[in-house]
Order: sequence, then structure tokens, then C-alpha cells
Amino acid sequence: MNTHVKVTSTASADLSRRSFLVGSAAAGLALGYSAVPGMLGGDQALAAPASFDPSVWYSIAPDGLVTVTCGKADMGQHIASTMAQMVAEELGSSWKDMRVQLASNDPKFNDPVLGAQITGGSWSTMMNFEAMSRAGAAGRMALTDAAAKAMGVPAGELIVRDSVISHPKSKKSMTFAEIVKSGKITRTFTPDELKAIKLKTPDQYTLIGVSVPQLDIPSKTNGTAKFGIDVMLPGMAYGKIITPPVRYGATVKSVDDSAAKKVPGFIKAVTLDDKTGSTTGWVVAVANTYANAAKAAAALKISYDGGPNAKLSSQSLLDEAKRLQALDDSGQFFVKDGDTAAAFGTAAKVLEAEYTTSINIHAPLEPMNATAEFKGDILHIYSGNQFATRSGAIAAGAAGIDPKFVVMHQMWLGGGFGRRLDADMMVPAVQAAKAVGKPVKVIYSRENDMTMDYSRPLTFQKVKAGLDADGKLIALNHDVVSAWPTKRWGIPDFLSPSVDKKGPLDAFTVNGADFFYSVPNHNVRAILNEMAHNATPSGQLRSVAPGWTFWAVESMIDELAHAAGKDPAQYRIALLDGKGKNDGGAQRLRNTLLAAMGMAGYGATKLPKGEGMGVACVSSQERATASWTACVAHVAVSPSGEVKVKKLTVATDVGTQVHPDNIRAQVEGAALWGLSLAMYEKATLKDGGIEQTNFDTYKPLRMSQVPEIAINVIANGDKATGVGEPAVTVVAPALGNAIFNACGARVRALPITAEAVKANMKA
Amino acid sequence: MPNLNINGRNMSVEAPADTPLLWAIREQLQMTGTKFGCGAGLCGACTVHVNGEAVRSCQTLLSDVAGKKITTIEGLSAKGDHPLQKAWIAEQVPQCGYCQSGQIMQAASLLAKNPNPSKDEVVAHMDGNLCRCMTYSRIQKAIMRAASEMRTASNAGTERRAT
Repeated sequence: MNTHVKVTSTASADLSRRSFLVGSAAAGLALGYSAVPGMLGGDQALAAPASFDPSVWYSIAPDGLVTVTCGKADMGQHIASTMAQMVAEELGSSWKDMRVQLASNDPKFNDPVLGAQITGGSWSTMMNFEAMSRAGAAGRMALTDAAAKAMGVPAGELIVRDSVISHPKSKKSMTFAEIVKSGKITRTFTPDELKAIKLKTPDQYTLIGVSVPQLDIPSKTNGTAKFGIDVMLPGMAYGKIITPPVRYGATVKSVDDSAAKKVPGFIKAVTLDDKTGSTTGWVVAVANTYANAAKAAAALKISYDGGPNAKLSSQSLLDEAKRLQALDDSGQFFVKDGDTAAAFGTAAKVLEAEYTTSINIHAPLEPMNATAEFKGDILHIYSGNQFATRSGAIAAGAAGIDPKFVVMHQMWLGGGFGRRLDADMMVPAVQAAKAVGKPVKVIYSRENDMTMDYSRPLTFQKVKAGLDADGKLIALNHDVVSAWPTKRWGIPDFLSPSVDKKGPLDAFTVNGADFFYSVPNHNVRAILNEMAHNATPSGQLRSVAPGWTFWAVESMIDELAHAAGKDPAQYRIALLDGKGKNDGGAQRLRNTLLAAMGMAGYGATKLPKGEGMGVACVSSQERATASWTACVAHVAVSPSGEVKVKKLTVATDVGTQVHPDNIRAQVEGAALWGLSLAMYEKATLKDGGIEQTNFDTYKPLRMSQVPEIAINVIANGDKATGVGEPAVTVVAPALGNAIFNACGARVRALPITAEAVKANMKA
Repeated sequence: MPNLNINGRNMSVEAPADTPLLWAIREQLQMTGTKFGCGAGLCGACTVHVNGEAVRSCQTLLSDVAGKKITTIEGLSAKGDHPLQKAWIAEQVPQCGYCQSGQIMQAASLLAKNPNPSKDEVVAHMDGNLCRCMTYSRIQKAIMRAASEMRTASNAGTERRAT
């Protein structure tokens, strides 16, 4: 696990200074952590509602409705609903009484484990399960105490179910609404008391493990769900950005707005003074409507200095990566086990291979947007965002004010996939609002959105492997060269120390390379491609590093199995021996692989000529937060190299299933993302700029390209793990391996093209 | 000042005739269920009906729709209970939900003409609508469910009339 997860210690210290409040008032029952250490009892807090911030995990209104406040960005993973489900399980409320709302950037909504508001890594369920469960249980206990007093019966004889507390002996009962209305709930929990609450055991669950209707879905079928782009403020103006032809490093020499001034409704062109590192040389055209802002933007004549990256291309980034990899002293070590150099000396067979992935674009369907409004001392930002803690600071930086004066209004995200961890869209909104003295909503055009993406970086990986005389893998060197997405954030906690003590590295470029196979001599080197880092500021794209590290590892393992004359699936099972540090994880991954093989009929089904099945198995996302995922891909390859994906079979062990149907939806979406990245999505850099500007040239998977897909979710009863990303990473290598088995062509570059398959076929 | 017949009501819009219908609906009429996705007719997020046909409102100018009947997601049903909307909930289709207004409007134009589409017909009709969350198989299932329910309802109606 990386250092960012170790923020735990700070977060716990924080919690110990807080007391958990349960109180009642006319306004209802509210539960959460008070920010004022040891000062507020429940009564006191709620008697003074002005000082009692609404930033609490949930509240129960006098009508019995339970509103859970979700501190996570909801981008379609239904995490708000999942939070409500975890609360409701322990609270004993009826699912029909549950509601959700999205949190502001108040630090009280910080993730209880991460100590910040950030959504990613498939972390949310695993890191909030405990806190939401305890919050729910504390509420149930407080309600039960109050009900016991009101009924004059012992609390221990009460039963809580479906928002009703009943006393079977006397046949008395009270609804949550009646108890809240009575205004007699007063109880606080010290952190120790909260921790001592005995939570339900899985056999007692009535909601966890049930596919309850997602609370956000009805609003997403009738047009009422409000996304950032839907925000409307009185007197608002609209901004359309103009980005330079170079992704990063260009500067504006001059702006001629004489033609723009003829556009009706045009207000102003603002050249951005962006010190936040979002991009360079950008301008926003502001007008009374978005259509007019777009017209004005098109009419602006802007001249640029292209800057230092203006001549770079994808090929230059790849050449530089190869140059860096060839140097002995490049990069830092992420893994350094045993002595690979010595082991290669004794190896019976040594294989080397190079794997690449192209630049990829997030392209959520809701283009980037933000609305900014200055109201008194406060800057209000309306935007769907995955990283309120950092984004608020960036908005403040763009405004030149202290971050504590920024209020972030979270919206539903029209797709995130990591893109909305960034805050670039807030910079033009803030500076335009400041310049024109009105609230401004900035909406990127699709062209802006694609050319200014914080893309998944172009990667180059070289793997060298040594086998002993029995074909056993005894040594592996794995070099990963890329831009470093997380280094760009400038937050030291998100970097990890290197094994060779050469300074911090970005583990979000090498996660996954520290796999669960037992390899006695194993090096993983993370190498920063500074040229790519500067020219194509990179971001975290759904699954991040495991999206490329497993492409290399799981392709290479297959190549080794074939070199050793062994079945690739059996070869993996032998490597997953669960020895030493791999104990536990390796066995779960092995079982998951076996499950996928069984479902797919791997090795049992006779396939016609030109068809093949390939396997891959992954411990995405991070070693310490893995969901165990395996895939069997079944393909048919034509003599011209065209690949038809006939079926994807995915098995994943997620420990505990909170919402089985949602897990299936996420795993299916993730697997299809994996397919889309493996076969259809490719962006390229030319003259310093991204060439693809819309969905005609950047081509995510469409309905006609969806193969048959089978999903098996394994819940072994361990803690709940993430499901939004792991299946992204397993598909590309499974496909590559299936293609090899179908036609003998080994492809090592993503996306896989018919030309590459054809070129690699054995004559 | 163009007049629009939208969701059964006549509304005047303060926008030039060359304004894309999408932006007039969203900004002037403040109906935000219709979404902006690509501005080029490549993703389908902005799909509305014009005289019953699914069109991309980002590629349709106000001057193109004078005197025509426009329907948006807000006007597809009175209470969000069009068989497709009910099927979308039953199949728990949406993830982020951003494309789903367009998906539902696109699907509605299919079922209005073809009450019993094959899987291939559904795919051919829906292939221009991108879903970045990749909810495609649930979209297909929901369309089939809605089609089946509409046929059942229509058969029941016919039987009642017959007796």
C-alpha cells in the first residue's frame, strides 16, 4: 500500500479529538463527528443549530426519512446508495425511507481512512464500511434508548426493524419518526464507545448482500438528476475555452477580439493567469449564452508561442522512453527481491520483450465544466469532482484567496473515470467570474475536453525473464517508463519511498508489477519519462497503473509458459504457490482463475481453427487493496488479422458483496472498458498536441462491439474490496493471449490492431 | 423570436434562429434533461424527438424545427412512467446516467415504429448512442422488456375492446 493510505494515523488522531454526536431536536436526529473537540453534547449542538454544521453522515427527519450525506463523488458507481445501504443495515431503517445527498467540501466529510475527500482506487466501500456501519449502529442504539424510556420497557427487549422499534411482550411499538418527533433522543458516544459497539455478523445481515434499488436511478431516467453542467444561477454568464494547439507549454502572445466583439452577447475574452499547472496559454470567451460564447471563441484571433513541446510526437515520447530504459541508472526500484543479475547468469533460458500502451483519453460523456460565483467573501464552485480537498485549493489559487473561503457544491458526475480528480475546469470559471463580476459557467467543448485531457500516459515496458531447466520462472526484471500522473499533484503523501532509497516514486505507475506470483529474484523499476511528463500532463484513468503493468506481466507470463511448453493457466497456478509474502492473496487469485476457467470451459472445449482462449489474472488495484480477478477471453481471428471477441468470462473475488447487482454492473462496465482500451481507443500526439478531437477519431466501444460476457462474483466473506476498476486491467492481456492461441501472433502494443496481428502471424 | 412547440406547449425562445436546439432547450427553457456530449452528432446524448423522429438536438437549428412538435425526456411521459423509463428502473440501467436521456429518447423512437424489434434491430438503432459507463447490455435488456410490456398492454387493450 502506498503512503497515501497511511494517512490513517493522522485521521485516527483527528477522530480521537472528536466525539460522535447523537442528538435530537425539532429539526430531526443528526449523527456525525463534531469538529469541536469535546465541547458539544448532543443537546447543546442541536439547541444551537447555527453552530452545528450540517456536515454529518446522516440525519433522520421528523417524517422518518433518513438522509445520508455521501462524502464520495458518485460517478455512476452508486456509492451514495451504497453508503446509505451500509448505514441502513445497522440503523434498522427501511430502505424506502433512505435518501442521499452529496457532501460539500467541509473537512468533516473527509474519508475516515484517507483523511481527505478523494474518490478513486476502488477504495470507497472498503474504507467506509466500518465508519458507516458504526454510525448506523450508534443511531439505532440512541433511538432504542429513547424508545425504551418512552415505552417504559428495558432497551434490551426491543426489536428494531424497518424503521420501527417494537416491544413484542407488551406489543408496544414506535416508528423512527415518532421517536424523532418526541425530541427526546440524547446520547453521545466517545470514540472508545463507538469503537466498542458490536456490529452485526454477516449471518445477521438483512440489507448487505441484497440488491436494493439504487436511490439515484429514477432521477437518471427522467432528466431530473442534476449534473455540474445543469447548474443554473441567476444572472449567470457562460464561458467557452480556447486551448492552444500544444497540450502544454504554449503561451499566448496576443488576443485580437475585434471580430468576437461583433458577436451578440459577447462580454469579454479573459486570458487565464493559471499558476496551478493545469495547462498553459488558454483563454476563455465569456458571453450571455453558451452558443454565443462558442461563436465568440471561434472569432477570437489568438497567436501563440508554441513553447518547448511544440515539436513532440508520440514517437518522440516512445523514443525517449526507450533511451531512458536502456540506461542502467534510470529510475527507482519499486521491488527488489533477490539478485536477478546472478539468477540470469544461471538461467537455462532468458526471454526479453517490450510492451507498449498508447495515450488514452478519459472522455466522460459529460464534458468538463464548472460554475463559479463570488458571494461576499465566499467563492462557490458547482462542479462534479473527485478530489474536493485538492480542487478547492486549486479554485482558491485561481481566485487568489485562502482555500477556507471556497465552498464546493458537489453534483452528480456524468462519468469520472479519474478525469474529475483534476480541477482545471475551475480555473477559467473562477477567473472569468472574477473578470466579469457575474457567476460564470464554463463548459468545455468535446474538442477542448479531448485535447486537454490528463491522459493515461503512453507507456513503455521492458520485461526480461529467466527460466531454469524445468521452465520455472527464477528471475524477472520489469522496467516501467511513463509520465508520472500522481507526481503532478505535488502532494508528497501520494508518492512512495523507493526500495533503493533514491527518493520517492509514483507507485501509481507500477502498482500491479508487485504481483502475487512467487519469483525469487524480482526487480521492478519505475522510470519517469520527463519529456512525456512535461508534454502530456497525465492523469489517473480508470485502473491507473494496473491497466498497463498487467498488460506486460500477464502477456509475458504467457510467453514464458509457451517457452516452457506448459499450459499458460497451469503455469500461473504453479506460480501462485502462496509462499511467504504471497500467502493468502495467491490462493485467492488461483481460486478465482480456476473459477473463470471452469465457467469458460477452458481446456475442455474443442475450438475450431482460428479460435483461441486466453487467460489472465490480476491483483488490481494495489497489492494491499486487491480484488482478485481473472478473465478467459475467447476470440476468433481471421487470416487478415481481424479479431472477433466472442466471449469474455470474468471471475472476481470481492470479499463481501454489499450490492451484488451493482458489483455485476461495475465489473461488466470495467471489463468493457478493458476491451475498449485493448482494441478501439488510441490517442496520438503530433506537433505537441493531441490529434483526436471527437468521437469520430477517438472511438470508445459502442453497442455493436459488445461481446457475450459472463461474470462470476465470489464473496469469500473477507472484507469488502473494490469493483470499479480491477476488471479493466485483466481483459487486454487475456485477449492478447487468446489471439496467440488462435493464430500464433503475439501482439505487444495496445490497442491491438488487425495489422499488428497479421504482421505477427507465423507464415 | 422563434416559437417552439415543445412537450405539447408553445414557447417563445429568446435566441437567434441559428442557435442549436440543444442550447435553447437547456438554457432558454431551462430543461436540462437533454445533455450536451459532443456537439457533432457523434454520441447521441442530446437526442430529442422532432415530429416523432429521434434527432440530435446539437445538430438541429431553431430554424429547422419551426412548426414542428418537439419532445424531450421531460415530456416523454407525464410522470416518468413511459414503459422504457419503467424498464430502465427495473433493469437498473443507469450508472452515471448522463447519456440515458438520449438513450431512452432514441429507444422510444424505435418502439413507436417497431413494437417487436429483434436484438440486431435494437443494436442497429442504438449504435449511435455512446455510453461511456458501458451499460449497453442492460440498455438492450430494458428495451426488450419495455417492448414486451407495451405489446402486452396493447394486446390487453385490443381484447378489452373486442369484448
